[in-house]
Amino acid sequence: MTLDPITLSVIQAGLQQVCDEMDLAFSRAAFSPVIAEANDRSDGIYDAADGALIAQGVGGLPVFVGTMQYSTRTLIAMIKEGRAGAPEPGDIYIVNDPYLGGTHLMDVRFARPYYRDGALFCWLSNTGHWPDTGGAVPGGFSASATSVEQEGLRLPPVKLFKRGVMDAEIYAIICSNIRVADQRIGDVTAQAAALDLGAARLDALLDRYGDDVVAAAIAELRSRAAAQMRSFIDDIGPGPHRATAYVDSDGVVNEPLEICLSVTREGENLLFDFTGSSAPCRGPMNSVRATTLSSVYLAMRHIFPEVPISAGAFEPLRVTGIEGTFLDARYPRPVSGCAAEVSQRIAEAVFAALVTALPGRVTAAPAGTSGNFALGGHDPDKCRDFVMYQLSGGGYGGSVMGDGLSNGCSTIGISKAPPVEVMEQAFPVLYHRYALREGSGGAGKHRGGFGLEYEVELRRGAAQASFVMDHGRFGPQGALGGADGAVNEVTVWQAGVPHVPVHLSKEQDIPLAPGDRVCVRTPGGAGYGDPFARDAWAVAEDVRLGRYTRAEGEALFGVVLTGAPHWKVDESATTLRRLARTET
Amino acid sequence: MDKRQTGQVAGIDVGGTFTDLVQLDAKTGSVRLAKVPSTTDNQAHGVIEALAAADCDLASLDLIVHGTTTTTNAVLERKLSRTGLITTAGFRDVLELGRRTRPQPYGMTGHFTPIIPRDLRLEVAERVDASGAVVTPLDEAAVLATGQQLLDQGCISVVVHFLHAYANPDHERRAAEILATIWPNDHITMGHAILSESREFERGVTAAVNASVQPILARYLTRLTNELAAGGYARDVLVMNGNGGMVSARTVAREAAKTVMSGPASGVMAAAYTGRLAGMENLITYDMGGTSTDVALIRGAEPAVSNEIEIEYAMPIHVPMVDVRTVGAGGGSIARVNAAGLLEVGPESAGAQPGPICYGRGGSEPTISDASLILGRLNPAQLAKTGAIAPDAVARVFAARLGDPLGLDVTAAAEAVIRIANTKMAGAIRMVSLSLGADPRDFALFAFGGAGPLHAAALARELGLPRVLVPARPGITNAIGCVVADLRHDFVRTLNTPLDALPKGALAEVFATQAAEGDRLIDRETIALSGRRYLYSVDMQFIGQTHLLRVDLPGPSVDNATLHALFEAAYFNRFRVRLADIRANLVNANCSVIGARAPLDLSTLIDPSGRRATLDEAEIGRRPVYFNGDWQNVAIYWRDHLPLAFQMPGPAVIEQMDTTTLIEPGDVATGDAHGNIIIHIGGLCHDA
Repeated sequence: MTLDPITLSVIQAGLQQVCDEMDLAFSRAAFSPVIAEANDRSDGIYDAADGALIAQGVGGLPVFVGTMQYSTRTLIAMIKEGRAGAPEPGDIYIVNDPYLGGTHLMDVRFARPYYRDGALFCWLSNTGHWPDTGGAVPGGFSASATSVEQEGLRLPPVKLFKRGVMDAEIYAIICSNIRVADQRIGDVTAQAAALDLGAARLDALLDRYGDDVVAAAIAELRSRAAAQMRSFIDDIGPGPHRATAYVDSDGVVNEPLEICLSVTREGENLLFDFTGSSAPCRGPMNSVRATTLSSVYLAMRHIFPEVPISAGAFEPLRVTGIEGTFLDARYPRPVSGCAAEVSQRIAEAVFAALVTALPGRVTAAPAGTSGNFALGGHDPDKCRDFVMYQLSGGGYGGSVMGDGLSNGCSTIGISKAPPVEVMEQAFPVLYHRYALREGSGGAGKHRGGFGLEYEVELRRGAAQASFVMDHGRFGPQGALGGADGAVNEVTVWQAGVPHVPVHLSKEQDIPLAPGDRVCVRTPGGAGYGDPFARDAWAVAEDVRLGRYTRAEGEALFGVVLTGAPHWKVDESATTLRRLARTET
Repeated sequence: MDKRQTGQVAGIDVGGTFTDLVQLDAKTGSVRLAKVPSTTDNQAHGVIEALAAADCDLASLDLIVHGTTTTTNAVLERKLSRTGLITTAGFRDVLELGRRTRPQPYGMTGHFTPIIPRDLRLEVAERVDASGAVVTPLDEAAVLATGQQLLDQGCISVVVHFLHAYANPDHERRAAEILATIWPNDHITMGHAILSESREFERGVTAAVNASVQPILARYLTRLTNELAAGGYARDVLVMNGNGGMVSARTVAREAAKTVMSGPASGVMAAAYTGRLAGMENLITYDMGGTSTDVALIRGAEPAVSNEIEIEYAMPIHVPMVDVRTVGAGGGSIARVNAAGLLEVGPESAGAQPGPICYGRGGSEPTISDASLILGRLNPAQLAKTGAIAPDAVARVFAARLGDPLGLDVTAAAEAVIRIANTKMAGAIRMVSLSLGADPRDFALFAFGGAGPLHAAALARELGLPRVLVPARPGITNAIGCVVADLRHDFVRTLNTPLDALPKGALAEVFATQAAEGDRLIDRETIALSGRRYLYSVDMQFIGQTHLLRVDLPGPSVDNATLHALFEAAYFNRFRVRLADIRANLVNANCSVIGARAPLDLSTLIDPSGRRATLDEAEIGRRPVYFNGDWQNVAIYWRDHLPLAFQMPGPAVIEQMDTTTLIEPGDVATGDAHGNIIIHIGGLCHDA
């Protein structure tokens, strides 16, 4: 069947609409703030035969762009091999096993077979981040776990709903193994209802255009998305384009983990070779295969946002060399850091490798850490235990377009941080500072954005502070002569005495007493291009606004300023200062 | 107070391009209209010119209601008054850090400029905790010193924004008192006074917007009222607020942030009013202009109001405003063939400048309006009057840019552009209505703006809406909104209490206080009213949830069991889910007090003397128009000649000064007693 390009566009928009409506329904009905507010979820449509991604909601969490396709593929294979029950109409499978196409245990996938006239037409699937799935620490982000069993309950694909009815026994097992189980039913119904809504909307689309036409359109769109991605790949030189990125440590063994990437164009495809990356680690900074692939895809989508999210777009992107490395961890390696931290470092490696080849498209490295600070303890005034999460942003990298954004959210996320006032309402803490971290943006022709600096005090009771962050040892990488962004810094003040975690960005269960404080300074974005080529008056403006000191303006950018507090550029002194560097 | 009435009311809306005026004489039914170019430097000139163009006798006017984009433009173009911020020590960067976001999900670039620059954001020692208890007393000397410093830096407006001031406003009040001793004007905004809710970024930005536009609005209104008084106008000028109600020009600047959505709100109020008269109380308003399309929802003739509008990236203005959502498609949206060989329309737009090719202002990219011209839907002769480009020239661009790469001829390419644009707009309208908790099929489409009536029937078909309502004057809907608007005051009180813990009668008590305050404000106004309406609603959620669901209440006294039942019903209606074991939280109590104006007859908006007796006599010619792969010789009607009652099967084109209405094959247009056109969509509507 040949389809005209207009029908194709209309069906593409229709499939996209189904996914966007699933995203909306899931978020609006969900109970957990992590889904309802932070949109830590994603919904999509997948091929019946091979699980390939047909369409995915635009508002889905970026790190899920590639994982759900992988997860659906694995499910289809397991059904074929008899390792999972055969699908029937109205069934919904639940699975959170990281090694079967996932991320960390908290990302729980639902998959619903979709039938037309008794035959499987496609799969509808979604992922939602549950606030807890059991394990050693509330929330699941243990910085020192050494096996997946310590991280929580692991579910292989089982039918939570059988022919439209929830299996109360499976649900009872889940509820007996997770914290705050009484509210989970709200999320479960929201997650299932989103898939039901998707099925109803897909019915309407197929009724309107015909099953054969839509099926043909799906196949055609897949090959066109591949062609679109290939047309962009055409602009990339053959390479190899190399980069290395570092994870501070795995949280258990205090040594950096290395991501070695070499990107080459081979014909129409782009080959991402990770050979030489570190071996699987003892602590939770392992990535699983699905997350590694997804991180490459999301990085490429950040570079080419106009390519629709579909299997076709990923087809020309080939990932190799991850076997035997910490980017393809196998059971029982702990993996809680894969989605929040390792994924961002993989994306950074992709950016760093391609920025020279695509200087108009790629930015210098962003802060690239989710900045996960958890405080668990007991609040004597409210007579209850609490777990508080402070996720924080950092600076983005400079780009050909201009300076990086300050306090942007993680590369793999899209969520807002909670306000200080809401945190203080809910938890026994008082913030002393929530401020722009001066001087943190990496110098460059276009400088990096600035990180965040906050200081928070425990007011009463007792609590333990835990950190799963990164970029404490190495700042986000500068590009094309730009400087690195500032490194992440954590200081815990216990009875007035400063404590810096041995792993810099990771530590678990640091005891806090009332009056103790936690101070976090998040990374700045990296600089893009030679700082000495920066417009001198832009440097004067930054100094006038207190973002850099006058001395930094001179040392980092070669700009000599006079006349506080308005600051003017001393043009001739600046020229001499900048020339002096060129000559040496 | 003098509440004498002459019955003469003028509504004046200043838009981006034109200033529109409608003057209604309630006693004689006579109508005067004027459309003059807006004067961007001082909008008052355009207003005075519009009054002169309509030959209004200022002395005999009973009331002038004014919709203004003064504050909207100031915010969007960042032409703001120099404003300083005094805030809690440690928190001056809250306005710059935002909530840790980025402009788009994909693409690590983007830009954000805080509304007050860093050197004008100063800190003083003070701290209140979440319970409202003072942790650090206010450093009063520091307030004085920082205030003086801001004055020295040239600020003419100032915001006092302290953490947790919604829980305890004492420090903000005291600081404002101190500042008042040195500040040379009354442009002092306290954060809690504009919005008394937690979330320091949103409250701070709302207050900062208020302070930054207050001097601009105050200066403008002073100039305007002086000029009107010089012309003999003796009454108060009322200004349209973003909530769709009017407020006196004497007091509106105090809460200037509320006028930022003044223009769009007037359009939605006109839609609600027109719909109520026409017996169509559930409407989706669809205002399509050159660069964008505004969409809003009206249920039971009441526009949906939101307290959480973000007017651009990271610019939340959290005061009650008519919930108008902007969709990035307008007549100027650009069509192109992408690298996958697929046709895309938007999001890039040629805007008003250079605009579509056919406007002849230098545009060279194919747009939606150009496609309408090629298909014969827009009148080439009418465009030619304004120095436009000939259709052949437009067709050549379509052939080269779209037709050749897609393998289509020019007409097919133009039709494809319209089809893709309509699919995208329909999808966006669907998302807007769903996110507001409505199934679009329960609504009629109210089409206005220059391009709305051209696309409305196709969108309605796509969305499954049975009817389209095209008002008499789609191009001056905002000015009509001013004429018909009521006085309105909105109140929000955060209770955040589990329903089971809410004492009996507590909610009714809150509502009574809110209603009394609304009555007090309305009593102060000098205009005559026909009655009062009180709207009560609550925002609720299941305990553990973060999203709120608004539940409209039948009256102020509702017992807790009924509240829970109403909430469960609304929740089921919305999500098809019942959660019997989970209890509910009552978060906000909302009350709106509306001073209703006497009803106005809108049937004279089109001069009745121009009406012809039959449809045939209203026909002004025929021209080929392209529908579904075929050119058809279609009758063209002049709107002002249409009889009040008529039945017109499509295809047909109805032209008028300010818009073109397209009746597609299979649809039927009828006229109603109020001068509206109702398009009955073939296959969806069975009452024509």
